[in-house]
Amino acid sequence: MTTTATTPRPEVTAPRRPNVSRMLLYLALLVAALFFLVPVYLLVVTALKTPDAIGLDTTWRLPGVWNWASFSEAWSKVSGGLRNSIILAFSATALSALLGSLNGYALSKWKFRGADLLFALMLFGMFIPYQAVLIPLFQFIKSIGLYGSIGGLILAHVVYGLPITTLIFRNYYSEVPDALVEAALIDGAGFWGIYSRVIFPLSVPGFVVVVIWQFTQVWNEFLFGVTLANPSSQPITAALAQLSGGQAVSWNLPMAGAILTAIPTLIVYILLGRYFVRGLLAGSVKG
Amino acid sequence: MARASIPTRAAPRRRSFNSDRLWSLVVLLPSAVLLAIFVYGFIFRSGYLSLTDWGNDPAQALSLNPVIKYTGLTNYSNLFGGLLDSRFRQDLVSTLFFTAFFIVACLGLGLGLAMLLDRNPKGEGLWRTIFLFPMSLSFIVTGTIWRWMLQPAGGVNALFGLDPDRHAWLTSNASIWRFDWNKLPLITAVVVALVLLGLASRARQSANRTQMWVAIACAALLVLWAFTLGNSVKMTPVPEYHGFNLAFIGIIIAAVWQMSGYTMALYLAGLRGIPDELREAARVDGASEWGVYRRVIFPLLAPITLSAMIILGHISLKIFDLVYAMTSLNNLNTEVPALLMYITAFQGNQFAKGAAIGMVLLILVAAVIVPYLASQFRRSDRS
Repeated sequence: MTTTATTPRPEVTAPRRPNVSRMLLYLALLVAALFFLVPVYLLVVTALKTPDAIGLDTTWRLPGVWNWASFSEAWSKVSGGLRNSIILAFSATALSALLGSLNGYALSKWKFRGADLLFALMLFGMFIPYQAVLIPLFQFIKSIGLYGSIGGLILAHVVYGLPITTLIFRNYYSEVPDALVEAALIDGAGFWGIYSRVIFPLSVPGFVVVVIWQFTQVWNEFLFGVTLANPSSQPITAALAQLSGGQAVSWNLPMAGAILTAIPTLIVYILLGRYFVRGLLAGSVKG
Repeated sequence: MARASIPTRAAPRRRSFNSDRLWSLVVLLPSAVLLAIFVYGFIFRSGYLSLTDWGNDPAQALSLNPVIKYTGLTNYSNLFGGLLDSRFRQDLVSTLFFTAFFIVACLGLGLGLAMLLDRNPKGEGLWRTIFLFPMSLSFIVTGTIWRWMLQPAGGVNALFGLDPDRHAWLTSNASIWRFDWNKLPLITAVVVALVLLGLASRARQSANRTQMWVAIACAALLVLWAFTLGNSVKMTPVPEYHGFNLAFIGIIIAAVWQMSGYTMALYLAGLRGIPDELREAARVDGASEWGVYRRVIFPLLAPITLSAMIILGHISLKIFDLVYAMTSLNNLNTEVPALLMYITAFQGNQFAKGAAIGMVLLILVAAVIVPYLASQFRRSDRS
């Protein structure tokens, strides 16, 4: 791949030994894939071992006895968090997606003076370190009586999710031809008529990207989970951190817990990876 | 299709009172208000709290009506120069080293992977899925997995046959590139001077003489100040050494494992956007494969590199959960300011100091993000 021939040599325009270079290509891909997959192998293998079978010399071996009990034990520790995460991820995702869609529509099809500035000010919220707002946020959630409940977490995730959902929808709607909107205007439709009959029906792919991206983000979030909720309303990431943070850990448990925590977003990624990547690329604002 | 008589902008041209226009504002209002409060209001409030002594006296911290006094910049001067807060200074140094290594590794690996995939191997979708799947995991999951990988009896030591006693990945307290915190004014001045010289050379290329000489003069003044007066500026009363802790290497590996797929996706999208004719033209002109990359492709990928650096940089400046999951809360060798803020405010109840750390983080991130957002909008204005 990285031949050191820096001076252009006209006579070697075509690759000379295609088979060798193809083999090197696959070799490099394989080595890279190992780096990404080996931790997964160890994760699964460790989760299926009994605690006393986990040690330096047996780390890489398949379990002698397949110990599925790790999963039920880990399940009992994280299932409460799982339930909270499901409620949280579904409601926060739905709300911020809906609001983001309306915002994106207003910002891309009804541009007013200062719309771009407003949008830029909104976007900044996507990048702030939450540590800079955490103490007032904590105080605020407490003062409205939502501290320690899932409601407080939902509120925080909806608000701080607005910038990215607005961004994705705004970019998505700017691809929708303005002529469609103008035709509907001439036909006498108004703001809501155009949204419900023209824009919303075209929005399905946009919603898919936003929902997948936002669901993943909310599911994976941790800082709000440990600061705004109490143990009974904490999300699964906090439960997992609790499970693996103890002193005398038998490693099969946190590994099983990690698998349980990862499965929902992994399924989403494997089934709908293309939309996930689109959200990912949108996060870099606009290339 | 498109009728020329209709203005191309979406804005309808009805001059009379326009209820549709009003609706668009009404729709945006809740979000705008919420973000105004939750982002700007709260930042302002944190900024104010960071100027008080709330929680510096433990008795007052959790009382229902704490007595809070305005103390000006005391918290900040303690963080940067106080005897007790060397932990924050080490965290700050750590996070900068972490960011630098993390960005370089992600860019290198991501570009490498994208270049491999750009050669159209069989099963491209499968390879891509493998490289990108860690992105869908939580940093807590990644941290849990890699914490096990890097345990003394864990996968990495077992794989390479390393002595577990000598390779304590996450707890090692060896550190390299140590420097005296008191030299910070000097180091800062030299770095700024170098940036100014860079600006000067760019001004020279665009034949802007005045700008060039101003930049050179400023750089010279800065260096002069640094080696005379600046030398006597002491941040702390005693010399204090900070450097890059080797315990971070494991965390950097885990972070790269999770995030390099992101740079791969960015670069791959960039590579696919380069028309084949450009490459063909370069090959016809006699460029080698490597020459095509160096002369044609890499320059075209430069904006992507910049975007990736900014996104990765802001992620790593505020990284919290990965470190939380990989090392327990009070492992000083692998602490970062984002974690220290959590410990200070939510475990130590020192809210004012926690707010000050949060503000420092915000300033670091804003220094990266604000120019980026501004340039993005300037570009979209022009197009």
